[in-house]
Amino acid sequence: MGQRVAIVGTGQTHHRSSRKDVNGVELIQEATSRALEDAGLRREDIDAVVIGNMDHFEGINYVDMWSIDGNGGLHKPVMKVTTGGTTGTTVAIAGYYHVASGLFDTVLAIGWEKNSESDTTAAIITCADPYWERPTFGGAVAGLATAACEYMHRYGITERDAALVAVRDRKNAIKNPYAHLRKQITVEEVLGSPILAYPIKLLDICPRTDGACAVIFASEDKAKKIADKPAWVHQVSSRHNYTFLTDIERSGRMPTLYEACMEVYKNAGIRDPLHELDVIEMYTPSSFAGLVWIDALGVCDEGEAVKLVSDGATEMGGELPINPSGGVISTNCIGATGLIRVAEAAMQVSGRAGEHQIEGAKLALATGFGGCSWSDVLLIGSAKPN
Amino acid sequence: MVSDEIVYHGKIKVPYEWSVGEYGSRFFYELKENRKIWATRCSRCKKVFIPPRKSCPNCFVHIGEWLEVGPGGNLITFTIVRYSAQTHITSAPFAMGIVQLDGSDTGLVHLIGGVDIEEIRSGMRVKPVFKEERKGNLLDILYFTPLEVTP
Amino acid sequence: MERVAIIGIGQTKYEREKRGETFADLVFEVVTKALNDAKIGIEDIDNVVTVSNDFWDGRTISSMAVTEACGSYGKNVSTVEGDGTFGAFYGLMRILSGSFRSTLVVSHCKGSEGSNHLITNAIFNPIYERAIGLDSISSSALQARRYMEKYGITEEQCALASVKNHKNAKDNPFSQIAMDICVEDVMNSKALSDPIKLLDSSPISDGACAIILADERMAKRVTTRPVWVKGVSHSADAYNLGDRDLAEPDALIRAAQKVYDMAGIQEPLREIDVAEIYDAFSYQELLWSEGLGFCERGKGGRLIESGKTTKEGMLPINPSGGVLSAHPVLVAGLARIAEITIQLRGEGNGRQVDGAKIGLAHGINGACGQAHCVWILES
Repeated sequence: MGQRVAIVGTGQTHHRSSRKDVNGVELIQEATSRALEDAGLRREDIDAVVIGNMDHFEGINYVDMWSIDGNGGLHKPVMKVTTGGTTGTTVAIAGYYHVASGLFDTVLAIGWEKNSESDTTAAIITCADPYWERPTFGGAVAGLATAACEYMHRYGITERDAALVAVRDRKNAIKNPYAHLRKQITVEEVLGSPILAYPIKLLDICPRTDGACAVIFASEDKAKKIADKPAWVHQVSSRHNYTFLTDIERSGRMPTLYEACMEVYKNAGIRDPLHELDVIEMYTPSSFAGLVWIDALGVCDEGEAVKLVSDGATEMGGELPINPSGGVISTNCIGATGLIRVAEAAMQVSGRAGEHQIEGAKLALATGFGGCSWSDVLLIGSAKPN
Repeated sequence: MVSDEIVYHGKIKVPYEWSVGEYGSRFFYELKENRKIWATRCSRCKKVFIPPRKSCPNCFVHIGEWLEVGPGGNLITFTIVRYSAQTHITSAPFAMGIVQLDGSDTGLVHLIGGVDIEEIRSGMRVKPVFKEERKGNLLDILYFTPLEVTP
Repeated sequence: MERVAIIGIGQTKYEREKRGETFADLVFEVVTKALNDAKIGIEDIDNVVTVSNDFWDGRTISSMAVTEACGSYGKNVSTVEGDGTFGAFYGLMRILSGSFRSTLVVSHCKGSEGSNHLITNAIFNPIYERAIGLDSISSSALQARRYMEKYGITEEQCALASVKNHKNAKDNPFSQIAMDICVEDVMNSKALSDPIKLLDSSPISDGACAIILADERMAKRVTTRPVWVKGVSHSADAYNLGDRDLAEPDALIRAAQKVYDMAGIQEPLREIDVAEIYDAFSYQELLWSEGLGFCERGKGGRLIESGKTTKEGMLPINPSGGVLSAHPVLVAGLARIAEITIQLRGEGNGRQVDGAKIGLAHGINGACGQAHCVWILES
């Protein structure tokens, strides 16, 4: 009952603010062919495809059908999953279950977004309930800004504290050839950047990116043949609890992220994530979220993330590096963003992260965020799970 | 307290700017500047594609070969649209069909015009009629028209 | 494949407009019905798969509207954007993985709230196909004519599907359009897009459907009438309409072959007792029957003329009235699974096919049946 599943190949496009040289299907094909190449596989070796993005960012209905020329799924089973910002991790989880079910041995999971093709805020506003929330919803930035205000009030964190996260991630991105924004920034630059919605400034928030990511999941038997060092998927968890923005519980650690992490740790037997995990690829839509939500990962007491970050524990050389890839603040092609976390986590434990490799990384956590404060969490390791 | 059920009216207003891509741009360039229809051919399976593909959906290899197709072709199937919809660019009744251009392995969907629509038959030989003023999109072709109508 | 069963189902009545209910209301209704049907509580549901479409809902992240109503609070949950048969397939895989004992799959759609023309126009390639105004009706008309001309199928033969299914709907309390019509009525109905006429087409519908899947242990513990999944498969064809011969349902043939292998079926017409297939338009019942191997290629017209697919026939197709009688998009595929479940439990009342033990449920995704998903169920 149930197969062990490993990631045996990943592919990403070089993420940019605008890829006018390709249409969406061609963008997807780039990531797909890179993943196949990475795994040493051909299209014929793929048993099924699962793909995800957010519909209104490209205005295409039935993306799984539309992208068939480029997603590798012609004459194969193809399916679409979509859950807002968590889409990327939702796609990874779907890829995992396809193989874990025993029905498919090799599955291609694709996340992508061509944000340059639409007005992102206009599109995201359509996620809000049309009569209760949409008329006043200010978009993703505004939603994150109200949360940030709350964190400042509740925990006494400052804009300067939050800026540390942005500085860290943007510095890490320089070592990631796929990242979108690869220029170092300072705390002063973050504080001086234009205000979008108080307290979120331009350099506190993720960019809009055109990009695609593809990850190949394989069953145990296949994985051993395909990859020298498969990245085993140990645990997956999702909590998409809320319907209205105002339903989100406003005290304690970020609820969905905390619940999903705790489920993963419990099932994996992890008691001390700060020391047992080697690296975290965390979906941080804003610097404030990236700071405060660290406690939801269970690696510090509630409200105590500032110390962890300012002490350098989450830097590349620290106790628990977060976002060696540069994270979401450096690259945000929404449908792909969560999947990139998974791909990067897999690259880390397989020792294939190149310049941004964390030495000796064996156990990685990948998180996804989106929708109405929803979270997905995946635990990926170099050792086979029990 | 009893009240009528409220219906809230709204519209999704998201404008789009779809990147056509390098290959699509070349296709539309030829359409606009030269009134020619170009396709791409997979070097492996030799299949000729319209709209032009940058990679073969089946062989999954890069496609680098371009060739001109048509202008004539065969009408594979058609329909006469008799209802109105805001997506239509011409009023009903009008005809649309799938045309397989000479030299292409795939068909192109377009309007069929310049003929009494009741006379249209599958299998007809058709050719594209280009607009005088072209913008570099599919509608640079006004419609495909039958070469002759057999009574 | 390990044994997984359907242990509970719930459907709303399908209607042209359910003005008084929101998406959440519809989902809550069918989830509650399915839980009651299975005689379990929401706490017994391990994980949830919702099925919705952002365009039909007019809402990106359409699943957000129903996260609470589907009971996913505090649970693992995901969302498939595609026909309900595909969503149910994902729900099945999550159980087969060993991670969950039960999955609730629920789908909703309110066709009344949007413009079908705009929404289905958005299915087509924005650069190469959308501009001329293609939508679900005109594209299906292209397929209908190609199929009919290639194989000599007549409009009258297609009309038989509409006649049969609308009559069948009279015995289905959930169905939307039940009526006694004859071939002449269909032929005289308003022409939409030649050769498709009004009575050849499915309606605009609002509704929801939920099914609960459970592993063998839970199924045996919880219910005396489990309906077992013997096989599922899906496959996708090319996208651009001109990339394939629309008269050839290759994706369906592939999916059917795979599912028949899984279920050990060699002569579908003889071995399957009842089928619910996705007849969005009358010609589709004939074309998909061929793809499913119920008859030889090109013989879909002969099949329906033979009477073998009426309720009393050898292989009744769409005793529920089918999609022609109620078409809440995405939901309709899940409803096909629900209806077969009803049949195999012997709970079909007026629409019951006597002695039904093996059933087939079918759903399509994309324009002109670009992708097909086929289920074989057994009591």
